Amino acid sequence: MSMRRFSLLSLAREALRGHSGWQPQWRSPPSPAAAYDAVIVGGGGHGLATAYYLAREHGMRRIAVLEKGWIGGGNTGRNTTIIRSNYLFPESAALYDHALKLWEGLSRELNYNVMFSPRGVLMSAHSVHDIQSFQRHIHANRLAGVDNEWLTPEQCKAFCPPLDISPHARYPVLGGALQRRGGTARHDAVAWGYARAASALGVDIIQNCEVTGIRREGPGGAVSALETTKGLVRTARVGVVAAGSTSLVMAMAGLRMPLESYPLQALVSEPVKPVFPCVVMSNTVHAYISQSDKGELVIGAGTDQYTSYSQAGSIQILTHTLDAITEMFPMFRRMRMLRAWGGIVDVTPDRSPIIGLTPVPGLFVNCGWGTGGFKATPGSGHVFAATIAKGEPHPIAAPFNLARFETGRMIDEAAAAAVAH
Amino acid sequence: MSAPFRTHQGGRPDRARTLRFTFDGRTYDGHPGDTLASALLAHGVHLTGRSFKYHRPRGILSAGPEEPNALVELDAGPGRREPNSRATMVPLRDGLLARSQNRWPSLAWDAGALTGAAAALLPAGFYYKTFMGPGRAWEKLYEPLIRRMAGLGRAPAEADPDRYAQRYAHCDVLVVGAGPAGLAAALAAARGGARVILCDEQMEMGGSLLSQPGTRIAGLPGWEWLEVALAELRALKVRLLPRTTAFSYGLQNMVSLAELPERAEGPRERLWMVRAARVVLATGAIERPLPFSGNDRPGVMLADAARVYALRYGVLAGHRAAVLAAHDSGYEAAFALQAAGMEIAAILDPRAAPPADLLAEATGRGIRVLAGQGVARSLGGRRVTGLISTGGERIGCDLLLMAGGWTPSVHLFSQARGALRWDAARDAYLPDTAPEAVLCAGACQGSYGLGACLAEGHAAGGGHGAAPGAQPGREPSGMPTAQAVAGAAKAPMAFVDFQNDVQAKDIALAVREGFRSIEHVKRYTTNGMATDQGKTSNMVGLAIAAATLGQEIPAVGLTRYRHPVTPTGFGGLAGRHRGDLFEPIRRAPLHGWAEAEGALFEPVAQWRRARAFPRAGEDLHAAVLRECRAVRQAAGIFDASTLGKIEVVGPDAAEFLERLYVNPWKKLAPGRCRYGIMLREDGFVTDDGVVGRMAADRFHVTTTTGGAARVLHMMEDYLQTEFPELRVWLTSTTEQWAVIALQGPKARTILEPFVEGLDISAASFPHMSVAACRVMGIPARLFRVSFTGELGFEVNVAPDQAPALWRALMRAGAPHGLTPYGTEAMHVLRAEKGYIIVSQETDGTVTPDDAGLSWAVGKAKRDFVGKRSLARPEMRRRDRPQLVGLLPRGTVPQEGAQILASPGARMAEGHVTSAYWSPALDRPIALGLLAGGRERMGQTVYATVMGGAPIAMEVTDPVFLDKAGERVNA
Amino acid sequence: MLLIRCPHCGDRPEVEFRHGGEAHLARPPEPAALSDAEWAAYLHQRRNPRGPHAERWRHIHGCGRFFNAVRDTLTDRFLATYPTGAARPDGTQQGDPA
Repeated sequence: MSMRRFSLLSLAREALRGHSGWQPQWRSPPSPAAAYDAVIVGGGGHGLATAYYLAREHGMRRIAVLEKGWIGGGNTGRNTTIIRSNYLFPESAALYDHALKLWEGLSRELNYNVMFSPRGVLMSAHSVHDIQSFQRHIHANRLAGVDNEWLTPEQCKAFCPPLDISPHARYPVLGGALQRRGGTARHDAVAWGYARAASALGVDIIQNCEVTGIRREGPGGAVSALETTKGLVRTARVGVVAAGSTSLVMAMAGLRMPLESYPLQALVSEPVKPVFPCVVMSNTVHAYISQSDKGELVIGAGTDQYTSYSQAGSIQILTHTLDAITEMFPMFRRMRMLRAWGGIVDVTPDRSPIIGLTPVPGLFVNCGWGTGGFKATPGSGHVFAATIAKGEPHPIAAPFNLARFETGRMIDEAAAAAVAH
Repeated sequence: MSAPFRTHQGGRPDRARTLRFTFDGRTYDGHPGDTLASALLAHGVHLTGRSFKYHRPRGILSAGPEEPNALVELDAGPGRREPNSRATMVPLRDGLLARSQNRWPSLAWDAGALTGAAAALLPAGFYYKTFMGPGRAWEKLYEPLIRRMAGLGRAPAEADPDRYAQRYAHCDVLVVGAGPAGLAAALAAARGGARVILCDEQMEMGGSLLSQPGTRIAGLPGWEWLEVALAELRALKVRLLPRTTAFSYGLQNMVSLAELPERAEGPRERLWMVRAARVVLATGAIERPLPFSGNDRPGVMLADAARVYALRYGVLAGHRAAVLAAHDSGYEAAFALQAAGMEIAAILDPRAAPPADLLAEATGRGIRVLAGQGVARSLGGRRVTGLISTGGERIGCDLLLMAGGWTPSVHLFSQARGALRWDAARDAYLPDTAPEAVLCAGACQGSYGLGACLAEGHAAGGGHGAAPGAQPGREPSGMPTAQAVAGAAKAPMAFVDFQNDVQAKDIALAVREGFRSIEHVKRYTTNGMATDQGKTSNMVGLAIAAATLGQEIPAVGLTRYRHPVTPTGFGGLAGRHRGDLFEPIRRAPLHGWAEAEGALFEPVAQWRRARAFPRAGEDLHAAVLRECRAVRQAAGIFDASTLGKIEVVGPDAAEFLERLYVNPWKKLAPGRCRYGIMLREDGFVTDDGVVGRMAADRFHVTTTTGGAARVLHMMEDYLQTEFPELRVWLTSTTEQWAVIALQGPKARTILEPFVEGLDISAASFPHMSVAACRVMGIPARLFRVSFTGELGFEVNVAPDQAPALWRALMRAGAPHGLTPYGTEAMHVLRAEKGYIIVSQETDGTVTPDDAGLSWAVGKAKRDFVGKRSLARPEMRRRDRPQLVGLLPRGTVPQEGAQILASPGARMAEGHVTSAYWSPALDRPIALGLLAGGRERMGQTVYATVMGGAPIAMEVTDPVFLDKAGERVNA
Repeated sequence: MLLIRCPHCGDRPEVEFRHGGEAHLARPPEPAALSDAEWAAYLHQRRNPRGPHAERWRHIHGCGRFFNAVRDTLTDRFLATYPTGAARPDGTQQGDPA
């Protein structure tokens, strides 16, 4: 199926005939075919990106994405869209910077404006310990070729005028680490853009199709088929990209994962004229904020303390988040919360993702992105596609193997820096 | 000033009193009981805002919280500017200052309206299809432009000076909504003896009764019954919360309410968190608009809203109204408005055969009914002047009313995780079952007659006997919305979501482009995502999507109802948690002394600790050097009170510590101390501290400042759940002991005269001793320990005695050069000795061996927390980062600098964890974690410098000073 | 905000409690006897079920005691709470792939 290009010209042409000529952006077969070369379980950004790169870079044609609900309806459409790559360990920085480089050309690659906006991500330091930790990040990042720079409090204020840098604040701003290439993107567009581009390459995207079982055959117990609510699908390669539901899918293959699923909430304010030019993250005060193109302040909250699949969290998590936001930005106290929502984030013991092979032949997994998966979407899909296609880990994905929990070779960003993702 | 649209009499506002207010620089008047919207309408002002995308002129659509158009900026002075306030919900007050938004240069002449001319180019989702280049044009050019056009009001520019409050409350019955159903419920519950809270978002309780003065309940006129009912509720001690919106329904009936108290003083907003045994939802219903060309023109209004303005506020929204009635309620509005003095030009009813009784009554009243006809388009500019019917007839009017049926307000029920069911007869989703103890009454479950509302409320409130009586109303009916919206997708400028400028054809376009899930349609078109949260647009949008898909509405689904029900202020949600109350600052007992001395403080965990005590003319660096020298040459005094302390007591206390710490404890004699290291079960260092054995069954455990709570929690966890057989009790004593550290060669000389009942000479009280004694007569635990490498003591006394002891020690020590020192000098002093700080040398990925602490691990121990993990292959690699000393050449590297094997290397081999100018060595020193570092002594490595050449450093032992420990053992 | 029934104190709001992860994961008595894989399974692998889930809580701002609970992770509603060391109550197993 060929994809009709989006452009100002096509928009103008359609305007002349009342936009009656637009076709579905992706094909929606009502049910899957009987067999595929590879099946991706999970139609979020990561899963759709995986399918796209499988088709585009690895020449696979018979690919399906099975989504139990609607594509992009999980964490892809429920996050605060922060994109950055200034992670401490070289393994992480390589993974996230791989993604960031793909973000930079993604709209044109997909011919879909995902509104990647490198407006800069500023992480504010509030203690001597923060300063030490952030400067360690900056040194490590610059060595790895990842941009990150130190700002004084005054430079922080100049970069983000609403910031309160008074030394009398409860947690005064003592400086900040700025990644100028970091920013935000339009989350839904990422799912739709990948879906459209993948569909154009022949990928079947089946919505409302839940996987209910994994069939295995042969001496090694290799994957042979998936049972779904829309019938049996034969395939020898399955990539599970199911975020919060990964434990449930992997249990169908008899695997228990080092994962727990927590509610994570976020909220937006009513829209206002441009007032907040960048992304600010404060791990000490627990405030994560940016402003969308529509004008809403987009604010990330923390996870609830208990595991849950309810896609809902407790009100005190939100009120605590707004304590932090209005403490750092006292002029926002008269703003209003317009909408709050919850997602299910799958968290690993070292807060780093798992990308790679599993003990079950033919079964691959990409999970454990915790609270920070959106930023990795293109890179995650790219390296996971290569891993599935070749049956061996992509070099960037290799350190994020499942075996690290046995050997102890963890990639513990959170412990290393007390940094939320 | 005359208000030309005010009726001669009637309505709730107190006409005896006049309030003045300003809108866009013009002064108007109104009365207490008015909203900003009703007062503006009284002066004939409809044009109040501009839409989000096309900047179309917009008027007042509704009379409630569902208002999408009439959003204004309120300005009550510096820090009190408030964007996006719904004029329909702003109680009028004297001096109110309001401005329109999202327009330039003026509301009447808005340059932004040019986008309307390009509307054909800007359908739903146009931005996904273009602006992708060239180069960085998106973020440099297009995005800034879009951002400027988008947004509505202006964010406040200054800190908000007002106060906010929060309250928890419990009750037997929480009733949400004080219309007839809610009032009946509250009355029934309170009469039965229940503790009741009744809240309502309006400034006045009564709900729909406020716009039904003529109705009769229990033999009384409606407004009289309302007075009697409210008086009885007050007498029954029901907590009445008007101006209070229930905005979030949490688990197990915890409902959050946002109250905007009326009092001028006191908090501006109060957040109530109510845990109710039972909740009664009487939240009413919201009228649906209808999509037709120009349905957004000022003067086009919901029919019921016009009725509310006339009967509740005594304001006619126009002189001559046409009513588009797809639902019977349009007739009722028309009749009521006519009775209030408005001319009804016509009722257009798209139904081919309107109900006969309504037709008859209209005829009797002389009102024309155009059956089977709708509105093709409205006429006019910034105010409606007429319409063209679908039959082609031109009808003049200055008010065009829409009655598209009703959407029950099921938001809270849905948030309570209640299931909804589609009711075809009522053309609405209605509450079905819920896991919570929640009942619904009245219009929110599709019951529109007054009698039914009262009866359902009475029953939901647990009432016995008969409900307050009222005449049963007729069962209303209407054309299903899915039918009423037919053809709208072809009409230009037929709006569904007014604020976000979503047209019917946008929804059809989304469906055409493959967005089948209603969540996709919502996100692609932004329908229902404006500040009114889809209260007027969701059902209409759903109907259009269903019609386009050729499906029934329930087959298309429903978007999830999220909290808050209506936008809720950040200030109220944050409450008092601001400034010093954002998080309590913990202050050690000697904090006041340090403050008086002019100490520089640093935040450490929840504490503020004195970082240094600079004297006049000294900067931080100079002060630290002086303080360090004083400790090495004479003595220093240091407040170590923030250290965590845990008393571990019981016959099995030693066995317990044996399991929790890497060290052996059983052979530690009472009166002796040991440096303890604690791991997580994954083998990484999590805390450290000196542990003193006070008696065979009693240990005084110290932890890091930030780790105290975590360590106690971890200890409790193992004690209660893994080792319950151990007879051990744990008590946090962090705040029971203030700790004064005396360090330096003169420490003993200074301290000795104060100590009673203990010989602290080197021979009888050697390094790592502990004893109970009296210091200056105060019961104390005295430790001989050192974190500086000098002869040192730590005196633990009750916090209230500490300042006196501190001052006495200062006086006695002054002749010896006793100097207070802060955390920065402490850091330097300990680094000179190679002592680690957990969380600086360690980062959650460091084993005891990495940190050079293998000597502390009990080799003979069979097990301790974390031991098994240390045996994993990765933990035994020889190239793990190991703690080393570093002797930088020339300058002090930055903490966090990466360590390179050669100046041009691209791979780090470790990092600098601590780096200082050492006054004792008179040169820079550093500690670092270096891959295989202990086998690299003498090598030269390099520390990265931001924007500069790397600093060469010699790898050395981490102990820079007094390797033999002569000073510490002095 | 959850309402949690501490077996020792009764119904209290969630803010008084700290969650303690999956319940009934006994620390192996002889960790040294375990293979790396077995130790990793104890340390890291979790059932993470959607539905009834046995988990630990501590009434940290109350009596201080740990206890167990069975909560449905799909609805967040508690099926039971019970003291540490007690067996999981009958009838709370359904849906939990033990």
